[in-house]
Amino acid sequence: MVVRFGPRAGMCGAVLKEGKMANTNSKPGASDADGHEPDRRDFIVVATYAMGAVGAGAVAWPLIDQMNPAADTLALASTEVDVSKIAEGQAITVTWRGKPVFIRHRTADEIARANAIDSAELRDPEEDETRVQKPELLVVLGVCTHLGCVPLGQKTGEVKGEYDGWFCPCHGSHYDTSGRIRKGPAPTNLEVPPYSFLSDGLIRIG
Amino acid sequence: MRKFLIASAAAIAAMIGLASPAMAAGGGDVKLQTGEWSFTGPFGYFDKAALQRGFQVYREVCAGCHGLDYIAFRNLADLGYNEAEIKAIAAEYEVMDGPDDEGEMFMRPARPADIIPNPYRNDNEARASNNGAMPPDLSLIAKARANGPDYLYSLLLGYVDAPADKDVPDGMHYNNAYSGNLIAMPQPIYGDDVEYADGAPTTPEGLSADVTNFLMWAAEPKLEARKRIGVAAVFFLSIFLVMSYFAKRRVWADLH
Amino acid sequence: MSAEKFSNPVVRWIDHRLPVFSMLDHEKYDYPVPKNLNYMWNFGVLAGLALVIMIVTGIVLAMNYTAHVDHAFGSVERIMRDVNHGWLIRYIHMNTASFFFIVVYIHMFRGLYYGSYKAPRELLWMLGVVIFLLMMATAFMGYVLPWGQMSFWGATVITNLFSAIPFVGESIVVFLWGGFSVDNPTLNRFFSLHYLMPFLIAGVVVLHIVALHRFGSNNPIGIDAKGPQDTISFHPYYTIKDMVGIAMFLLLLAVAVFFFPNAMGHPDNYIPANPMQTPAHIVPEWYFLPFYAILRAVPDKLGGVLLMFSAIFVLFVLPWLDRSPVRSARFRPVFRIFFWLLFIDCILLGYLGGMPAEGIYVLLSRLATAWYFLHFLVILPMLSVFETTKPLPKSISEPVLATARGVA
Repeated sequence: MVVRFGPRAGMCGAVLKEGKMANTNSKPGASDADGHEPDRRDFIVVATYAMGAVGAGAVAWPLIDQMNPAADTLALASTEVDVSKIAEGQAITVTWRGKPVFIRHRTADEIARANAIDSAELRDPEEDETRVQKPELLVVLGVCTHLGCVPLGQKTGEVKGEYDGWFCPCHGSHYDTSGRIRKGPAPTNLEVPPYSFLSDGLIRIG
Repeated sequence: MRKFLIASAAAIAAMIGLASPAMAAGGGDVKLQTGEWSFTGPFGYFDKAALQRGFQVYREVCAGCHGLDYIAFRNLADLGYNEAEIKAIAAEYEVMDGPDDEGEMFMRPARPADIIPNPYRNDNEARASNNGAMPPDLSLIAKARANGPDYLYSLLLGYVDAPADKDVPDGMHYNNAYSGNLIAMPQPIYGDDVEYADGAPTTPEGLSADVTNFLMWAAEPKLEARKRIGVAAVFFLSIFLVMSYFAKRRVWADLH
Repeated sequence: MSAEKFSNPVVRWIDHRLPVFSMLDHEKYDYPVPKNLNYMWNFGVLAGLALVIMIVTGIVLAMNYTAHVDHAFGSVERIMRDVNHGWLIRYIHMNTASFFFIVVYIHMFRGLYYGSYKAPRELLWMLGVVIFLLMMATAFMGYVLPWGQMSFWGATVITNLFSAIPFVGESIVVFLWGGFSVDNPTLNRFFSLHYLMPFLIAGVVVLHIVALHRFGSNNPIGIDAKGPQDTISFHPYYTIKDMVGIAMFLLLLAVAVFFFPNAMGHPDNYIPANPMQTPAHIVPEWYFLPFYAILRAVPDKLGGVLLMFSAIFVLFVLPWLDRSPVRSARFRPVFRIFFWLLFIDCILLGYLGGMPAEGIYVLLSRLATAWYFLHFLVILPMLSVFETTKPLPKSISEPVLATARGVA
């Protein structure tokens, strides 16, 4: 038997000579002579390693969960907006949870066009009246449902798309005057955030 | 080399033990009283009724000079208040918001997400209003002083007559728990300073204990979760230790 | 051989091209470990575990931390109050830092006692000292990040050490600060370096392990393994033995984290940094106290700084100061006495570092400092010449067999 201290080519693991491997088995202690795996399959040993694994798993959860929104972030979930000053045909953009919310004071024509279509034909069938609380006031999240860009169409003079609502410049999604997807890659309508009227001209989003 | 392990453990314990009084050491004649706290020990918890009373003492006694810069109204849920009660408490305060569309800052009623407003706009105003002494923020005070809870309790009860040979300058007060014994804060609690709805005693001891409870919560709001998880973790790891020891004996058995 | 070694075909396929499994297997079964290692040999693995815990919790904390003087303290409080389980992660990070030093100090004293620094393991030992230096730098910069009073004043005092260097000292300090006091640029660069250095440590740890595996572990007897009868495979024997140590380590860590999370910290660090007011007693974290005591023992600024750094650098040359051919203190009766005196001396220095620098403490600090250097520079070289050592056993197996009852 060779003294196995000293420079050993097998160190890097790339070259494992058969002869060297054989040494292992004849060491005292490595008494399971067949194969070089002297693991004890006793209950207590397996259970100990299993317990270690369970413990490590339990520790992983806090490390992952810390990435979820924190308590202060969740608490900042509502915004109050004065909508009384928006002229007919105009729109404003406000921030809610760090995202733009489009609030449009629709004209009678825009409302009529939003109701003129049979919603069953749409990609994401929804009646206009289920998307508004007051017909003249449309509140939608200004986030394209395709990949999250902010569509154009808020300011006068901006492209509003083929359906006179909004147009997303990133990948060409067209939304109508109810914020519903009509053409382009977006799968669903612009989302309507939860909001309520605190008074006639004041809404709270969130 | 078991001796070595024991020696190391003893050395570490000694070093921590010896170093802490060094850190806490201050001048003057300092006496600390020990309160009875529900939050100490491995099964410690906060007494919600005491927290609510302590919050009341904070609002009616401390809040004139001391802020709570890291506590929002929403945090009061920990004290046992429900959402509507928190909204009502918040609405009693005004906070600055803005700028509005015209670029002006404006005052509005506070909401649950707002921080409890500080009595002063900034540190300079706080100092100017208190003869140059800055009333410290109380959010972390129970952790920012050695033996925090006992220290606060003792400090609030520590206003006694100065010994005859002690010269107390104008604007300073004698306190037997304060380092150096001369404190700028006038005695805040005399007894019966507030009226409790639940009829708890409003003796100086009762009020001081309640507000100390509240301040400990403010400094360490996650204490209950920490101890609860801690008991489970220590239980789990103790079993793990015993099992790994016997597993080790089993694996090594054939060597001996 | 390597083809039939693994039953899983995927493992076999990968291993044929990228022999990572062979490497692991090699370390597990082929790497010969002396059979007589006691529990003192757990502390290397424990230090590695502590490093992993620090890196993992640190990366997670960095996701929630803001390195700006106006927001750092508040962002740490947000971690403690609002971030999901943030308090737990921060307390683990804080306390594991202390435990890391406890483990490494025991690891170092173990090396001192059993002569693990002696030929042919000099580089292994010196790499360990490099790791220790990197750890101290990392810990110091990490302690600055919460931007409390001790953070700020600790940073001020320690960076000012460099002002003791003649001629260029002041410029170096301004360079370190990125300004004329410890301020936002300082905090930013400390954060960046605090994030970088653990990975440097991990790199040196790899070298440390490579050096270790060149000649294998030393052992309590301190004589080389004479053959396979003296060694056993790492797995399953030392994996399970390390598991016992890990369980003990985690249990103690859990007690600290969950029941005494701030015991090893300083209350003043819960007060936001105030550049206008220094706390009454500035004390570094406990693991720096012995060195702090040496610094303060010298009345001269430059002298104190030099002596403090010398206290660490003397460890680099230790293998050449102690020339005794016998490694283990078990066979060096006189050395053993002096080892324990040094141990007590270091504890005493730690105690003195936490005391105010006045009166009897100054005198004691000087005596303890003198003894520290006397031990390494005079006593060890003299012992190498004059000490009569006990006869060494013929091999590891022999005394193990002889005292099997006692050891088990």
